[in-house]
Amino acid sequence: MTEWPLYEIFIRSQHGLAHKHVGSLHAPDAEMAVKNARDVYTRRNEGVSIWVVKSADIIASSPADRETLFDPAASKIYRHPTFFPMPEEVKHL
Amino acid sequence: MSKALLEYLLRLGDTDVVLAQRLGEWVGHGPVLEEDIALANVGLDLLGQGRMWLSYAGEVEGKGRGEDDLAFLRDQHEFRNIQLVELPNVDFAVTMARQLYFDHAHLLLLRALVHSSDARIAEIAAKAAKEVTYHAERSADWVVRLGDGTEESHARMQQAIDRLWPYTGEMFALDDVESALVAAEVAADVGALREPWLRAIESVLAEATLVRPASEWMQGTRRGGGKQGVHTEHLGHLLAEMQFLQRAYPGAQW
Repeated sequence: MTEWPLYEIFIRSQHGLAHKHVGSLHAPDAEMAVKNARDVYTRRNEGVSIWVVKSADIIASSPADRETLFDPAASKIYRHPTFFPMPEEVKHL
Repeated sequence: MSKALLEYLLRLGDTDVVLAQRLGEWVGHGPVLEEDIALANVGLDLLGQGRMWLSYAGEVEGKGRGEDDLAFLRDQHEFRNIQLVELPNVDFAVTMARQLYFDHAHLLLLRALVHSSDARIAEIAAKAAKEVTYHAERSADWVVRLGDGTEESHARMQQAIDRLWPYTGEMFALDDVESALVAAEVAADVGALREPWLRAIESVLAEATLVRPASEWMQGTRRGGGKQGVHTEHLGHLLAEMQFLQRAYPGAQW
């Protein structure tokens, strides 16, 4: 059998939250990928919405660029909003 | 009337339980992991529905038999499932053809039963219809993909569609038991469901580039079929496996 394409699965667990990557699966096409994701990843009430993206369509940063991309942020503590008291009622920040 | 109601509930419950058992045979043998899980999910949905019908059947009978007694301690001539669901899985195409035929008829039946004058039946039907809506979508999706797929998948899907066609008539055949319950607005008039079912099936087959079988001869509609306790040679083997534990170790519990 020709291998089916791989899809990355994103599930939103409740309204107001963002979709979160939960894993990947194989499917013959996108529509079946949504159905497979429903069967594989939402059997225990995990979600209210599903996104599927072909794994091949994801553009990823290269591990070799890690130092260039991320190290410069390490010394910039002023970018972290840790100096403000957060109101307790604000959730999901 | 309660005898007819008992018969009717056994028809609904046994059909679900027997098909659940057939789908369970795919566990560990699915063509891919995703499909393995999906088939098991559908089977478990049906098992859950079957339990509700059989529990109610036990109450209506009033002899203290519960869902387990009815499922595991009756012999094949006492089963009232339609023959279509007891037929062997054979391969993925035959399994999907069976689901296509059954899911669409099942969905129409449950949607009609939502209006049953029997509140318990209406309640179970409403709960089950949600699950079965998904089953019907899924089997249609597969038949379209296999029918309109490769030369091989097309040929095998068409063979499967032809092979099971004669077993579809029983889903729409009324006998005296059901007619009496239809008159009392307890049961659904399955005779009236054949036309909408045909339209749904024809539209899926057309999209799948498959041909609807022309034969009008139907298995088990003249002298009785599964709903009257007349079964194919396959049911006994299925029950032998399904009932083994309770037969060998009566009253065994988890």
